[in-house]
Amino acid sequence: METQTASGDTLAPWEDATAKPLISFRDVSKRFGGFTAVEALNLSIYKGEFFALLGPSGCGKTTLMRMLAGFEAPTTGSILLDGVDIAKVPPHKRAVNMMFQSYALFPHLTVAENIAFGLKRTAMAKADITARVEEMLKLVQLENFAARKPHQISGGQQQRVALARALARAPKLLLLDEPLAALDKKLRQETQFELVDIQEKTGTTFVIVTHDQEEAMTVATRIAVMDHGRLVQVDSPDRIYENPNSVYVADFIGDVNILRGRGRTRTDGKVEIVWADGQPGLVGTSDEPLDNAECALAIRPEKIAISSTRPVQDANALQGAVHDIAYLGNTSTYHVRLPNGQILKAQETNSRRISKRKYTWEEEVWLSWSETAGVVLTR
Amino acid sequence: MNLQRRFLIAVPYAWLLLLFFVPFVIVLKIALSNIALAIPPYEPTLSWSEGWSGLVAFFRQLDFDNFVFLTQDSLYWKAYLSSLQIAFFSTLLTLLVGFPVALGMANAPERWRPMLMLMIILPFWTSFLIRIYSWMGILNQEGLLNQLLLWVGVIDDPLKMINTNFAVYIGIVYTYLPFMVLPIYATLEKLNPALLEAAQDLGCNRTQSFWLVTVPLSKPGVIAGCFLVFIPALGEFVIPSLLGGSQTLMIGKVLWEEFFSNRDWPVASAVAIVLLLILIIPIILFQRNEQKQREAEA
Ligand SMILES: Nc1ncnc2c1ncn2[C@@H]1O[C@H](COP(=O)(O)OP(=O)(O)O)[C@@H](O)[C@H]1O
Ligand SMILES: [Mg+2]
Repeated sequence: METQTASGDTLAPWEDATAKPLISFRDVSKRFGGFTAVEALNLSIYKGEFFALLGPSGCGKTTLMRMLAGFEAPTTGSILLDGVDIAKVPPHKRAVNMMFQSYALFPHLTVAENIAFGLKRTAMAKADITARVEEMLKLVQLENFAARKPHQISGGQQQRVALARALARAPKLLLLDEPLAALDKKLRQETQFELVDIQEKTGTTFVIVTHDQEEAMTVATRIAVMDHGRLVQVDSPDRIYENPNSVYVADFIGDVNILRGRGRTRTDGKVEIVWADGQPGLVGTSDEPLDNAECALAIRPEKIAISSTRPVQDANALQGAVHDIAYLGNTSTYHVRLPNGQILKAQETNSRRISKRKYTWEEEVWLSWSETAGVVLTR
Repeated sequence: MNLQRRFLIAVPYAWLLLLFFVPFVIVLKIALSNIALAIPPYEPTLSWSEGWSGLVAFFRQLDFDNFVFLTQDSLYWKAYLSSLQIAFFSTLLTLLVGFPVALGMANAPERWRPMLMLMIILPFWTSFLIRIYSWMGILNQEGLLNQLLLWVGVIDDPLKMINTNFAVYIGIVYTYLPFMVLPIYATLEKLNPALLEAAQDLGCNRTQSFWLVTVPLSKPGVIAGCFLVFIPALGEFVIPSLLGGSQTLMIGKVLWEEFFSNRDWPVASAVAIVLLLILIIPIILFQRNEQKQREAEA
């Protein structure tokens, strides 16, 4: 899940204040009748990025894409491409191409004709078009399928044709709307790496829409987490995972335990949380000082250690009984019931082949984690 | 194969045998007979009383004279050619009118579509003859259209529209329009709108995406519609009789005159047989198109 792309040669234009964004959304809202699909959105996307829009179904991801492609116009606000407002530019004149959610391959044209379709609309010479189509077929490894019709190839191959067709015109920006949603899990994972590969080879800026957080983590240089038409957090995958800015983001990305309570910043800068009667206070870190404010401690299951005796060094330790054990092969997740009834998840790596589990059902165990393992969230 | 399935398959074949093959054989037999002043007005007639020799004598009298006659009198092949021409151009005209109508229906908001469909089918609920008579009223020398044009001042003298080929075209296009609109509408309605967006995304303006995506993908509907208009238009009789003039030559009209005015049943039957043979080609092509479409959808 935390696989990072190889492109991480500290390329982070979004941290560079002088860098010019390829795309900027300025206060963009989109309303359909009385329904607001995208609300007061500000966002910059830089050249060469693999940018993921992540959020549950219906949160406005496709709408955002369609505004970039030109199929929808913002109700208010403006979108700049290379510094130019694209409101008035019709879809067929934008240096943007889209790979559609359903692929939208032309059923009456062959694979090669589908790829050539966009090229034929340009002033490109016939021989150059043929060469470019060959190049694209090679890129997506479909040289042997050039003469087939879309219904004569598999779903995975159709997905590649759609990608090749969208890339053929060498757009400044490629939009991919749930490009892998229709593929089965194994093929999806393979294709994710291929996408990253192709993105690096072509140097095109990719914006991908997905509701699959693993997919976003795998491919993206940056992720924008959306909720009900708003951006909740825009950050690199590791920061989204390790430093979520809200319970929503923490909960959406991966597995997380949420402990709600009231927090107070101590003199040493750490936050102490009172969270349940008769339970010891918890310690975590926060960027903002808290004074008896409502907050939540978010802690990932793999950051919680499990032991049969009370650990000595960790700042946070809670006792509970093993409620359930989920054996996942490489890891095991223990669901531990605390005295107040809340269930915490702790994950252990199964580094050794064991015939006997370390802990069993209803066994009393200790859960512990360090002061810096969890983040204190106020939203 | 059990009895029930055999029976199910036998039903359509029995239907074809009874309502297509048997009448065809009867008409063919009349076409091979000779005209006679009798009731029925041809001979020979088969009489069973004379046994085998009677049967032989009966078959001896059958010949292809009537078909030979069709090639000798230029009236017939001119009528066939002129029918083909009128059917062809009226199919083209119906397509030119029908396609935009179907396109408009397919692009209309979903809640309007049943209403629009109803409006296309509605005229069928009144008698065909009455509708053609109304066109006579409209296209007349003193008809509504001439009065309107005179009133607007586009023309100074009434146009001669009734009893011309022009009126026949209007009649055919009007009558067969639904047969063109409905199959085209059916294909256009199924068209995935994302395909048009993809075309635009890849650099097509609206005109280009229409010609490169909408038109090719509506081809099965266009072909079906053209056949559904062309086939009945070729043998059309009522429209050329009522709206056409003396110079309007259509095989349906010739057939009618042979049959009822000349009472020459054998020649009329020969005309009908040749018409059928001409129609078989487009009918087979139509079936092919339907089958290809079914296979593509499967
Ligand atoms: N053309 C439209 N008319 C009305 N509502 C729309 C339209 N397009 C999208 N919506 C609504 O906007 C919301 C966001 O849709 P969408 O951007 O497709 O979500 P996502 O791609 O994140 O699943 C949804 O509630 C959807 O119903
Ligand atoms: Mg979507």
